[in-house]
Amino acid sequence: MTPALSAGLTIGTIAAVLAIIHVPLGSWLYRVFTSPKHTRVERLVYRLVGVNPEVEQRWSVYLLAVLAFSTVSIIGLWLLILLQGFLPFSQGRSMNVDTAFNAAVSFVTNTNWQSYAGEAGAGYLVQAIGLTVQNFLSAGVGLAVAIAVVRGLAREGTDRLGNFWVDLVRGTLRVLLPLAAVAAIMLVAGGVIQNLTEPTTITSLTGGDQVIQGGLVASQEAIKELGTNGGGFFNANSAHPFENPNGWTNLLEILLLLAIPSALPYTYGRMVGDRRQGAAMVSVMAVLGFGAMATMMWLESVGSMEGKEQRFGPIWSAIFASATTGTSTGAVNSLHESFQPLAGGVALLNMMLGELSPGGVGTGLYSMLVMVVLAVFIAGLMVGRTPEFLGKSIGSREVTLAALAMLIAPVLVLLGTGVALLLPVSAGALSTTGPHGLSEMLYAFTSAANNNGSAFAGLSADQPFLNIALAFCMLLGRFVPIAAMLALAGGLASQQRRPVTAGTMPTHTASFAGLLIAVILILAGLTYFPSLALGSIAEALS
Amino acid sequence: MAALRQLWAAVRLLLVMTVLLGLGYPAVITLAAQAFPTQVNGSLLKTADGRVVGSALIGQQFEGPQWFQSRPSTSDYAGTTSGGSNLSPVSAAATEAIAERRAALVAANPNAVGPIPDDALTASASGLDPHISPAYARWQVPRVAAARQLSATALEQLIGAATERAPLGFLGQDGVNVAKLNLMLATQ
Repeated sequence: MTPALSAGLTIGTIAAVLAIIHVPLGSWLYRVFTSPKHTRVERLVYRLVGVNPEVEQRWSVYLLAVLAFSTVSIIGLWLLILLQGFLPFSQGRSMNVDTAFNAAVSFVTNTNWQSYAGEAGAGYLVQAIGLTVQNFLSAGVGLAVAIAVVRGLAREGTDRLGNFWVDLVRGTLRVLLPLAAVAAIMLVAGGVIQNLTEPTTITSLTGGDQVIQGGLVASQEAIKELGTNGGGFFNANSAHPFENPNGWTNLLEILLLLAIPSALPYTYGRMVGDRRQGAAMVSVMAVLGFGAMATMMWLESVGSMEGKEQRFGPIWSAIFASATTGTSTGAVNSLHESFQPLAGGVALLNMMLGELSPGGVGTGLYSMLVMVVLAVFIAGLMVGRTPEFLGKSIGSREVTLAALAMLIAPVLVLLGTGVALLLPVSAGALSTTGPHGLSEMLYAFTSAANNNGSAFAGLSADQPFLNIALAFCMLLGRFVPIAAMLALAGGLASQQRRPVTAGTMPTHTASFAGLLIAVILILAGLTYFPSLALGSIAEALS
Repeated sequence: MAALRQLWAAVRLLLVMTVLLGLGYPAVITLAAQAFPTQVNGSLLKTADGRVVGSALIGQQFEGPQWFQSRPSTSDYAGTTSGGSNLSPVSAAATEAIAERRAALVAANPNAVGPIPDDALTASASGLDPHISPAYARWQVPRVAAARQLSATALEQLIGAATERAPLGFLGQDGVNVAKLNLMLATQ
């Protein structure tokens, strides 16, 4: 098979599967979040938790619930990791206080940046009742927020966005749990392990020693991809043969991490009563996502195997890297730091665009809505009309909030990278100097602020300053956009919808989609081009 | 007050979900996964007398001319912590490492034919790559054949038997499973 044919089949397969599943999955999500009925299990959960599922919340209460749940989750996970030495199934593994804090923030914010190595830092119990649980719940929180934001667009004359507890429980139990369970069994069939056996030292044929690892890997791996989390059971993440043993599991993992984010635009279209809105959005995501994927495949076609696994090779490493950075996943099946300089630059750019192709579970949808609001505003300025989106006027409050949601990541990335490079304590963590060293630090802050979690892993990130600085970036990068978008949605929900007139700019057309792509690329380009020029581009030219 | 009420609900929901998703879900998956007894336990490789000598999925270090050798690994296949070099492929350090490996391979394989495949010169991502490229396996044939007094044809056949093809021909790359290949050699 020629490389070009193989590359074409590869992209074609992923596109075809996503095209087939996004409508049924999107409809399912629509029904889950619009159905008035509760299941028996859900009623029991609400009773145990003490919430009334029939009461809807204003945006401020919804946000308060998100923040309360995330705060409790961070503290709970931090304590669990610190106390693991006193619990069973800890395999003698442990983390420093600052490492554990970083890990707790990281898993709760759906980032899954790991400054610890799984084999040394997290025992089987922590991985199951701490990390796996947050893999579900952090994805569930993102999904809930996205749905609440869409309700703000879909409703009129109300100050209610839904009930956070209901949205979180439904998304987790009705969508994530069953899909993860099926995926976990498929992964086991492919060779991913699922046991409680202690790591065992065996004697090889030639008399050498080797440790064979154990753990509840498949159950964690499934939700790690499906929830766009990305934190590996093992240090090598999805490059480890026990997490990702062959071409089938690799394809499954890529599809899992793209599935829900690709289906959510359809859900959005259904909820606002205009499927064309969702179709326009998903086509923008597809152009950005497959564009980046094809570019990375082409850049990697020179074929270096440094930091790559033989069973995947350059093409499937590039595809995984593109999918994981275009979503907020951050799982890796190869070492991004060992990619060709410009291919590493595309991975960075994917995150810098705000992870919109198609983004994380929930986060992709609301991040794209931020860009839509900005594009509507810019278009309104260009033609001199009051900007409107789905019959709601986009005034100064809306634009300010959208700008805040969009700007927080670049501020954290550029300031954070600059400060970290100036301070000897963190600059000493770089594995190399020059443009590649700059990219290493830039990648770390870009990954943290955009809640991605992948790394240029040569960076010695397990040190107090970086653990705390990156945790800070993860927190603000997660919750500032959530707060801004919920506030934006709350305002829009209370507006009455204006009738469509000849002067209304449509937001479902190809020309608007083109404008949206231009706005996304220009905003990211202007913000980040200097840092990319000094890093990846300089390295490629030198 | 509102904040306290939400915090209290958060604590209770986290506990309920920890039981459901942290204990219930992995337990159900573990039970159901017993339908695949080989895979759940790590696809272990055993000799004819039942001794475990590794995993079919985890690469191993093989030294000596009589064994097919695996790819370079930054952890020497210890299995304790997985990972790779993180070197940029255009860096001086990577060029230097490749030159050293090339020199060592040339010295150990005086009769090898053709260029050294790239996977023989570069460290994998996991440090546990179970495969080498079919080209690298064939490249090692003259050395192994000489050390074992076997014909090249016999070795080529074993390589064919230990080759794991890319699913559908394009979902990845073909690879020769080195541990399986050496196990076949040992039991011949």
